[in-house]
Amino acid sequence: MIQVRDLKKNFGPKTAVNGITFTVERGEVLGFLGPNGAGKSTTMRMITGFIPPSEGAISIGGHDIVENPLPAKRLIGYLPENAPSYSDMSVSGFLHFTAELRGLRGDAKKKAVHRAVEMCFLENVLHQSVETLSKGYRHRTCFAQSIIHDPEVLVLDEPTDGLDPNQKHEVRTLIRQMGEKKAIIFSTHILEEVEAVCSRAVIIDRGRIVANGTPRDLKMRSEQAGAVTIGLVDGNGEDVAAKVRQVAGVERVTVLGERPLRVRAFPKKNSGSDDIARALAELAKKEGWPLQELHVEEGRLDEVFRSITLPDTKKEESK
Amino acid sequence: MSNILTIAKRELRGYFASPIAYVVIVVFLLLSGICTFKFGRLFSNGQADLYWFFFWHPFLYLLLCPALSMRMWSDERRMGTMELLLTMPITPWQAIIGKFLATWLIVGISLLLTFPIWITINYLGNADNGVIVASYIGSFLMAGLYVAVGAMTSAITRNQVVSFVVSLVILLLLVMCGWPTVTDLFVSWAPPPLLDAIAGCSIWTHFESIQKGVLDSRDILYFVSVMAFCLFTTSTIIRAHRAG
Repeated sequence: MIQVRDLKKNFGPKTAVNGITFTVERGEVLGFLGPNGAGKSTTMRMITGFIPPSEGAISIGGHDIVENPLPAKRLIGYLPENAPSYSDMSVSGFLHFTAELRGLRGDAKKKAVHRAVEMCFLENVLHQSVETLSKGYRHRTCFAQSIIHDPEVLVLDEPTDGLDPNQKHEVRTLIRQMGEKKAIIFSTHILEEVEAVCSRAVIIDRGRIVANGTPRDLKMRSEQAGAVTIGLVDGNGEDVAAKVRQVAGVERVTVLGERPLRVRAFPKKNSGSDDIARALAELAKKEGWPLQELHVEEGRLDEVFRSITLPDTKKEESK
Repeated sequence: MSNILTIAKRELRGYFASPIAYVVIVVFLLLSGICTFKFGRLFSNGQADLYWFFFWHPFLYLLLCPALSMRMWSDERRMGTMELLLTMPITPWQAIIGKFLATWLIVGISLLLTFPIWITINYLGNADNGVIVASYIGSFLMAGLYVAVGAMTSAITRNQVVSFVVSLVILLLLVMCGWPTVTDLFVSWAPPPLLDAIAGCSIWTHFESIQKGVLDSRDILYFVSVMAFCLFTTSTIIRAHRAG
C-alpha cells in the first residue's frame, strides 16, 4: 500500500531525510522509531503530501503522492504531530467539516462521524468547543478526524503523546485492531508501544534507516539476547558464578546482584540458550540451590535502540 | 467547487464564532455613519448623493480588512492546522479561494448593512441610484482587493500583528500613490509614462472613477487582476513554505 523509495529531504544545507526506502502492506503496523530530530515527522509529512520530497518517490496504493496527489490523499488518514484542530469549532463541527472535505455527504457523513466518535469515545464532549477540551480529548478529536473516512492507509505521528495510561492503552488497542485491515505507520518514542502494537519496526537515525525488522528480530540484536539468568533466594555469588561458568557452552558469567542472588550466563557463539537453561536447571537441582527464577533473556529494545542511535563518540565514552 | 464551499463555510463559522466578525461589522457601520454625517455633512451640503459615504471607504477598509484577513493563513500556520488542511484530498487553490471568499463576504455583509443610508438619501431627495449601485459594486471590488492583499501577507508570517501591519502598509501605499501630493514628488524628474504607471496602480484613482458612476472595464480589470495576483502570490508563498 505504501511504497517509499530513496526518499531525501534537504532544508537548505541541512539534510533531514537521507535515502529512506521501505514498504508497508495491508495488515501491517509499522513502528517508526528514532531519537528527536531523526527525520520521523519529516518523512511522515512527505508521505502524506504536506511537503514535497527533494528526491525519491512515494506511492500510496499505486498513486504517486507528488504526481497524482488527490487519489493518493483520499486513501490516507493522517494524525499530525501535536494533533492540531480548529480551536474555534465544536468537536462535532470539526468532524463534520473533515468528513465533508473527505467527500462524505448526507447520511454517509452522519454515519462516519458517529462511527469515529464512538471509536474515540468522544460522545461526552461532542458539542463542546475544541478550545475548552483537555489535551487528551483534543488528541482524540484529531485522531477521530484521521479515521473518519475509514482510510486504507493510516499515518499517525506520535498518536499516544500526551495521553494518560488508560487512554494510551485504548489507542494502542485501536491501532492493533485497525492494523488487521489497514496499512499503518506510526511514530513513537515509547519502546514498549512498539512491542505491544507493531508487526514491524524501523529505527531511523540522522535521516537514515539503521534497523528494520520485527520487534523480536530487533530485540535479538541486543547484547543480552539469549543470555540465561538464574536467580536464587540466597547464596554465595562467587561460588555460584564459578559453578555456572563450568556449564558447557557458557562464555562468561556476571553477577547482577546479591540477595536475591542473580547471575547471568552469556552463551558462546553458536551454542543454544535452551541447552544452557536446561543444564542450569539440573545444576540447581543437584546443588540444592533455592531457585527463584530461571529464564532466557529476550533482549531489550531500549538497549538495541541506544546502541544503534547513540552517536559514535558517546558510545566510546559510555564504554 | 464543493470543497471551496466547505472551506468557506468553515471560515465564516470561524469568524462568527469569535467576536471578530461582529466587531468589524459594527465598527464599519459606526465609522461609516460618523464619516458620512459628521465629516461629509450629508444633511447640510444639500446634495442627494452618497459621495461622502463612499469617499471614506478606502480608509475604513484600510483598518478593517487587514483586521479580518490577518489570521487567515497565519493562524493555520501557528496552530498547525495547515498541515491538516493541505493533506486533505483538496488542492491548495480550493483552500485559498474558499478562505478568501469567506473573508470577502464578511466585508460584503457589512456593506449590505449600510442600506439605511441609501434609504435615507432616497427619502431626502432625488438620488441618482445608478451612481450609488456602481459605487457599491466598486466598493465591494475594492474590498476584495484589500482582502486579497491581506491573504497574501497572512501567508508570509505566523504572527497576526506582522500580517496586519504589512498589509496595512502595502494598502496605504496603493491608496496614496494616486494622490497629487505623492505624484507631485515624481513630476519633476519621472517621465510621464512612469508617472501614469504609478498613478495607475493606485486604488484611489480607480475607485474615484467608479464613484462617478462609470463602471469602466479598465477599473474592474484593475481590481480583479490585483486580486488574482495576490492570490497567486499566496499560493506561491504557501508552496515555498511547504517545500522548506
